Amino acid sequence: MDCSAYLLGLADYARAWELQEQLLADTIAGKSHASLIVCSHYPVITAGRRFEPGNMLVDESTLAQKGIAFYRAQRGGDITYHGPGQLTAYPVINLADFTRDIGRYLRTLESAVISFSKSLGAPEALRRDGFTGVWARGKKFCSIGIALKHWVSFHGLSINIKKDDLENFSLIRPCGMDIEMTCLEELCKKELSVRDLARPFIEHFMKAFENSGYPASLSRR
Amino acid sequence: MKEVILPALGEGIEKATVSYWFFKEGDAVAEKSDLVELATDKATFNLPSPCAGVLSQILAAEGLEVRVGEKLCLLEES
Repeated sequence: MDCSAYLLGLADYARAWELQEQLLADTIAGKSHASLIVCSHYPVITAGRRFEPGNMLVDESTLAQKGIAFYRAQRGGDITYHGPGQLTAYPVINLADFTRDIGRYLRTLESAVISFSKSLGAPEALRRDGFTGVWARGKKFCSIGIALKHWVSFHGLSINIKKDDLENFSLIRPCGMDIEMTCLEELCKKELSVRDLARPFIEHFMKAFENSGYPASLSRR
Repeated sequence: MKEVILPALGEGIEKATVSYWFFKEGDAVAEKSDLVELATDKATFNLPSPCAGVLSQILAAEGLEVRVGEKLCLLEES
């Protein structure tokens, strides 16, 4: 898999969305096979196709006061929060090149996050059958919601890194469930820098796809 | 008449919910154009039209859950 990585740093949700749309169009047209956008976002709440309005616990004016944007997203899943304390990754991959298997793709994303988390000092990171995402000590720290167009993936995953961001999850019922969120700083009991983790995450992402049988090599832009 | 069915989506995924039809009955549809959007628990995806033709009947309305192998619509090939 020739995969181009795009490291955007702290980016507006709309900017990352525009890049995804462009990469999606290029990939559907056969000009690209695999890309990975890695970034973090200014505070934003996004609602997927399964969004139940009752899972937003405050009104839009409260969000505006807190400086949190709101978007409806064309992805699976319910509602989630993104902020500067998270590492967010949007793989744009033509699954038809490898395997037309949504479940296998989701499990591969989880594997990438689990090995990444273990390498940082969170050995208890695991998946839970029937609950897509990555968990530790009964709490969730990675949310996944994807979309496919012509078997090309877009949207993706976000990993809670920093403690500062966690309180904003109280504004919503994350993924429409009564769950507690945690983050890698809590799990690893040390301070972490989102910016410094982008490249190590890409390495684990590529390894997880290789291990799942997706042929892999990486070039960076 | 061509039947469009929900294709196999991979291990552990047996059903999806119809979230959006891009066309209505009677519309002309080009081959490979987005026909219908479906959603599973954590994924949404668009199913392209397998051929050019006319969407003659929608068999799974928006909001309906469909199992892999079940019919979504009928297309009259042109």
